[in-house]
Formats: sequence, structure tokens, C-alpha cells
Amino acid sequence: MKLEYDLVIIGGGPAGLAVALEAEKNGVENILLLERDKYLGGILPQCIHNGFGLQYFKEELTGPEYAERFIAKLNDNQIDVKTETMVINITPDKQIIAINRDNGLLHIQAKTVVLTMGCRERTREAIAIPGNRPAGIFTAGTAQRYINIEGYIPGREVVVLGSGDIGMIMARRMTLEGARVKAVLEIMPFSTGLIRNKVQCLDDFNIPLKFNHTITRIEGKKRVERVTVAQVDKNLQAIPETKEEIDCDTILLSVGLIPENELTREAGIKLDPVTGGPRVNENRETEVEGIFACGNVLHVHDLADFVTEEGEIVGRAVDKYLKDKRKYRPQSIKIIPGVNITYVVPQHIDFIVPERKKIKIFMRVKKPAERVRINLLDDKGRVLGSYKKRIVTPGEMVSVYLPEALLDDKLKNITISVKRD
Amino acid sequence: MSVDEVVFFIMQPRRMSMKADVVIIGGGVIGASIARELSRYSLNIVLIEKEDDVAMGTSKGNSGIIHAGYNADFRTLKGRLNIKSNPRFDELCQDLKVCFKRIGSLVVGFSGEDLKRLRELKKNGEKNGIKYLEIITGNKLFELEPNLNPQAKYALYAPSAGIISPYKFTIALVDNAVINGVKVLLETEAKDIRIKERQVCGVITNKGLIETRTIINAAGLHADEIAKAVGDNFKINPLEGEYQLFDKQWGNLVNHILFPIPTKLSKGILVAPTVHDNLLIGPNSYWVKEKDDPATTRAGIKEVYEGAKKLIPHLPHQDLINSFAGLRADIKERDDFIIEASKKIKGFINVAGIESPGLSSAPAIAEMVSDILKEVIKEISPRLKLNHKSDFIETLADQPKFADYLDKTGKWQEIVKKDADYGEIICRCEKVSRGEILRAIHQPVPARSLDAIKRRTRAGMGRCQGGFCGPKVLKILSEELKISPLRITKKGLGSEVLKAETKDMIKETGVKFRDEIRV
Repeated sequence: MKLEYDLVIIGGGPAGLAVALEAEKNGVENILLLERDKYLGGILPQCIHNGFGLQYFKEELTGPEYAERFIAKLNDNQIDVKTETMVINITPDKQIIAINRDNGLLHIQAKTVVLTMGCRERTREAIAIPGNRPAGIFTAGTAQRYINIEGYIPGREVVVLGSGDIGMIMARRMTLEGARVKAVLEIMPFSTGLIRNKVQCLDDFNIPLKFNHTITRIEGKKRVERVTVAQVDKNLQAIPETKEEIDCDTILLSVGLIPENELTREAGIKLDPVTGGPRVNENRETEVEGIFACGNVLHVHDLADFVTEEGEIVGRAVDKYLKDKRKYRPQSIKIIPGVNITYVVPQHIDFIVPERKKIKIFMRVKKPAERVRINLLDDKGRVLGSYKKRIVTPGEMVSVYLPEALLDDKLKNITISVKRD
Repeated sequence: MSVDEVVFFIMQPRRMSMKADVVIIGGGVIGASIARELSRYSLNIVLIEKEDDVAMGTSKGNSGIIHAGYNADFRTLKGRLNIKSNPRFDELCQDLKVCFKRIGSLVVGFSGEDLKRLRELKKNGEKNGIKYLEIITGNKLFELEPNLNPQAKYALYAPSAGIISPYKFTIALVDNAVINGVKVLLETEAKDIRIKERQVCGVITNKGLIETRTIINAAGLHADEIAKAVGDNFKINPLEGEYQLFDKQWGNLVNHILFPIPTKLSKGILVAPTVHDNLLIGPNSYWVKEKDDPATTRAGIKEVYEGAKKLIPHLPHQDLINSFAGLRADIKERDDFIIEASKKIKGFINVAGIESPGLSSAPAIAEMVSDILKEVIKEISPRLKLNHKSDFIETLADQPKFADYLDKTGKWQEIVKKDADYGEIICRCEKVSRGEILRAIHQPVPARSLDAIKRRTRAGMGRCQGGFCGPKVLKILSEELKISPLRITKKGLGSEVLKAETKDMIKETGVKFRDEIRV
């Protein structure tokens, strides 16, 4: 069986849902959305805490509510959806192979493909914490699934490693379920998650957050019995004399998210070593024409609302691509991360007429700073644009608009740097 | 006994009393090989294993190398049995449907001194009868291994070395043994040996007594404790080795098994692809006291990484997916295996100190034990006839895995048409279908824990390490075994994954919790 579609979206989380709806709204017909899980929404259905939608809907929703807003709309539309369908291969000429129970193997030819596979959590193994390998070590998201979807609590006495958002949210969730969260340890001197999560999930529940601390050893034959924790020095190395043991039966890890780009790589698309996602232009189009990427597969976002926004950019771009109304610049403008900037997305600007005139650049900073300016610089160090920010922190994405005037210029590179105001 | 009955039998938690012609203690690769070899004969065989699955000790934490056999002296058991076993693996693995790749090995040298050692190894290997050994120098070395440290100058090339999954090999051997009538009792630990008139008459286990006149001690790290019960004295010194495993996009970083120059204690920190296309580095070597659940250490992780870098300078540290440790059952004062009938008590055979190249020697070890057993039986049970069974089944049925069909999807389509469970992918990283997981739960040696599923199917073995598929696999296990999810373990009793149903824990701790919130 060979299926043909104008647009195939791989992944039905917030990014994929936004792409599908926005593309349809703009006139794209013949859309297929493929989702590997039983239901749409990606990770949102297990995020039963609130805080979603403040940016996009200007009201506060839970994860399932936020997802439902889009899923309900999707059900009213003419978009084909296949759930419990796993994509196993994508080729540069946009042939897709997928598999599910009902159809077996599906061969699909697409005119455009959008990659919205999301991300996965970094594991204990990836950061090589020494010790035994007993039961009781979970990534925070897996623990979240066990509690909120499966209905089971994975631990009683908990130590959380890493102050990522899911880690802090799960520290609160476990506490609400009657577990004892003994500490949240963060190797850096600052929280890697949202400020509001530190306040609402840890401070409000008297859960101690220890900065500059990490787990140096896990002990336990069958189940975790205790961890050794230590303070770290400037080079993030454990200081032996600060070692202490904490008895616990469970360790939750919130030590980073990694975009899931195995399909991307197999399609021959190179990845940005810093974001872990493909390099894209302002339409979120990868180096393979007609293959786009957005959401956490492109770079890890702090808020689902921004994922939706990015999905909508791609939804519109797919429409333009299919209608072939694109005017390329003779040479792309490269956006380069400068002082205290970890990465920028998009990495380059390809088109002369931006779809909404203003182009928004997303970035993350390396270190927290207060009262700063985000400066856009040309190759000679001249300031092309400057934006005041009261506070920037690695846990929260920063965005600035490229001044429209710059886009007609003959610029080759724009460097973005953080400077004290 | 049919396969289903065996499954039922294994599931019995109650105390038992049974009789057997032979009891094999230990379900590692050695016990497994012996069980399969002896299942050729009309014998009533019981294999007991203290863990919840076979291959839980040394057999799951090692390099997975089938050595060519140039290291050991031909006059030792190590040398002789390795050489004898090596050529067997192709056919054996074909029969058991276990992946084995004869990719060859290179022992890499950097100096004139190293070259001298390589020549010695080659000479020893040739004395052992190994063919096609070759010292490689110059450009050819880098044609074979483009990512090799550019300072490397020489290598001893042994084309007959190969790679295998040691736990999959062990599981397949036991599966085949079960099909041929061997009874496997899991979570059954030998506590003592019952002796009457200097003759073995039974094994006392945590689950009851098994009456038998012949016992084979293949208890690996614990073989010395078992042997002590009959008065045989040797001491197993656990020799730990740590490993690291990288994402399967890096298996092609090397084409062969790369060894450094061996030391007296070990063959050194190697770099090799695995049969599943991961990149494996390790092991280091150091003595430890504990015999179960070896732990990795900060120093060890560093030592292995730095050691491997000497062979391959650019290791993909960002794609590390696992670190683990294994223990070798070493006997310090002896540089060879112990494979012999006890001189003190009749009916007791020790198969101990099976460190490297134990895996490589397993098929020949099993045959040697079989010969010893024939002599023992002739003496103590002359009425017991060791007849070859006419209905011995040499092979295991093919068990298709979706990951092997990615380039022949048309064929997989036929499999899905027959059984839709093969169309539902549970593990996204390793591409494992529900059908494969169900099969693992119902195979002759059934998987009952998350790790047992992982070893059989690879679900949870990939880059997310079970983060995504763990909850799904746990649910399938709970449904298939018809037990509460709270009873599903990672690796046997005591390693239950979940603690309570939601809302139950708060009932226990609720008062205290409400007080805290008021503050």
C-alpha cells in the first residue's frame, strides 16, 4: 500500500498539533499526522500540573487541558491521524516507512515532512553516576508517567538529581502523594528550570534545593538504599570532605533533555551539536528542502506555548513551500551565538520576504545575569539592534526580533551577545 | 515435561521435593552449556539458579568475545578448550539462532618491545594450531582500522576471533536444554549438599530438597562455597571489570576487536563493536570482596575511558548509553580452570574458576564435563544407562525480530498479518514489537522481570534506557503474568519497581503531610 500526502507530520505532541492546524487553516490539504502513542498530545497528558497556556491562551491550563484545546479542533478538521503508528525511516526524497497493528507496514510519499518527535530525558547511564544498578532509579518524566498515567507511585524516600522543570514538578508531585523528598541536588550554582517552578514546587513545600551538589555514588543491591552526595568545586568535581550519605529508595533524574533526532539523522540531515536538533532557517526548514522541524526535536523549549508558536510558523511555511511563493536571498544570513549565548534558533535566514516581516530568534544563555542587553552585532562589532532584559537564566528561553531593516541588507552574519547594561 | 509445564514449575513458589539423575548448580554460560550437552542423553536433569533468570552473574557482564586462543598455553585447559571450542561457534549459534560475528581481532602494539610480545603471542598461537595469524604493520593497519591511534605501529591479526551476546547465548542454550527435557528452577539457591557414605545424595535448596546422586558445581563466583560443602577447598577471588557502552550509531567506529598488549592479569581494555552495533570499551581489572551486584566506580569509569582512548583516541563520550561492571571468577593461586570430579566425595564434579576464556571455551567444557560424568555414573550408578536420545532437538525455532527486518519490511508485513502484536512497537530506541515481548514472557526460560525482557528482546537497552518503554513493558508483564504491577520487578524479588497505588501512600502519611503544608 502506498499513500500520498502533501504534508506528513511525525509526532502528535504540541508541535505536531500546531503544525497540522495552522497548515490546514492556511489551505494545505491532504495532511497526515502520525503518532506513536495511543493518544495525541505527546507528553502533555501526563503533565497534570498547571502553568500551560499563559502565553498562548492568556489563561492558565493544565497539560491535558492545553492539549485538548488543539485535539478538539483537530477532530473537527479533515486531517488524517494515525495513532500507535511508529515511523521507522524517512528518506531525503520524503518517503516514509511506518508500522502499526492494523496496517502493518505503511509506505508513504510526502511532498513535505515536518519532524516533531520531541525529546527524551538524559539517563543515569549517560551521565555515568558510579555505583550499583538497582531498581528505583527513574528519569523524572518516567516517574511522572507511572504516577499520572499508570496510577502507581514509584518511591517513598526520594532524592532528585537536577533542578530541571520536570524534576522540580515531580518533587512536588511525589510530596503530594505522601512520599518524602529529601533533597533536590543541582550541580550548577543556579536552577536549570523555570524560576516559577523553584518557587511553587520546592520553596512552597520546604523541599531543600542544594546548589553545587551532585550524587557521587548509588548503593543498593536490589533496590536503591542510599546515595552519597557531595558538593562540587568550580570544575564540577566532587569535594571528598563534603561527602554525606542520604538514605532513600528512589532517585529521580532531571539532568537534561535530548532532542530525539534518530530519524532526522537517518534522513541524512546534519545536527547542530549544541541544540542536538537540525540546523534550520527562519521557516524551520532543515538543510533538506521540504523537511521541516519544530518543537523539542529542534531545540528544547521551556514552555509548551512557545512550541505551539513555532509549530504555527512551520504550518504557514509548509503552505508557502507547497504554493512555491518563496524568494531566497542570494546568500543566507548566519545567526551566531556570541558572549554568554548557548545557541540560537533559527541558525540562518534564507528568505528575502519573511512571512510576518519580523523574525523572532530564540536563544538560551549560558549563565544567569541581571539587567542586561541582548545585542545584535555585525562582523565589525557594530550594534545593529539592542534589547533590554531585566533577567536572563539558562532555564528560560530568551527571544528577540530581528529588525526588519536588516533583512534587506547585505549582511552575512549576525552575532548575538549578552552584555551588562 | 512440556514447555508449559516447565513454566508452571518455575512459577511454583512452594517448597518442593523432587528427584533427579543430575543436578547442575548455576545457570551461567557454563551450567547452560552443560545442561544442553547432557540433554542429549536420557537423563533426568535439573538446573538450579539462585537469581530470577539465567545468565545473571559473570555471563551477563563480560566482553562477549570468542577468543582465537593465542593467549593461553596449549597444555592448560584454558588453551586447549578455547582452541577446541572456537570453530564450533558458527554452527552452534546458527542452531540456537544466536547472532555471532567472526570479525577478527587485533592486538595493537606501539613499540619494539610490543612487537616482541606480539611475535611471542603469534608463536604461541601457532603452537596451539591457530591458522592465519598475521603481524600487520604500516598502512595496512589503518586500512583495517581507520580510526586507530595514529601512533600504533603493529598488530597481531587473528581472523578467527568473534563477538557474541554472552547472555543471549546462555539463554538460548538453556531454552534448548528445556525443550530437550531439562527442568530449570529459578530463584532456587543451593544451601547445602546432602552426603551419605562419602557419596552425594541430594542438594538442599531454599525451596526444598532435590534428591540426586550426581551434582555438577557450575556456581561461578560461588563455586567455592558450594565445593566447601563436600570438603573441596579452593577460593574464588572476584576480579571486577567495568565497561562502557556507546550508542549504536558508533558500532562502526572499529571493524575488529582491538586489544592492547595483554598483561598477566588480563587481556586489557579492549574496544569492540557488539553484535547489536553498539561500541563497547572495557574492562579494567581489580579484586573485590563482594560476589554479587558489582558497582562501577568513578576511578574505574575514568580508567576504562582513558584506557580505550589509547587505542581509539576519539571516543563519542556524548553518546555513552551505559556503564556496567562484571566479575570474573578468578582463582588467584591457579592459572587454569578446575574441571574435575571431587576426590573426596563421589558424585560431585567441580567446574570452577572459569574466567576468561570461559565463554570461548564453554562448548568444549560441556563435552569434557559430559565425559567426566559418564565415568562418575559408571562407578556410582552402573544401572543408569547413558543413551543418546533419538529425539534430541538440536535447534531453536527462528524468532524473528523487527530490528532485523528493517531493510526487508515486506517480509515483516507477512508476520504482522499473521499476528498484529508484531506491528505494535513498544521500544522505540531498539524497535521491539509487542509480539517479541510476549514471546519472551512465554519462551522456555520465561522472562518475568524488566531486565529479563531487556536481555531477551533489547527493549530498554537503547539510548533512553527504558525511560519510554519501561512503563509499557511493566504493564505487559503484569497482564501476562496476571499479577499486580506492584509485584513486577527489575531483576527478581526485592527489586519491585513501584511502591504503592496513587492515593494509598498519602493515607499512611497523610496527617504528617497536612501539618507540614500548614507551615
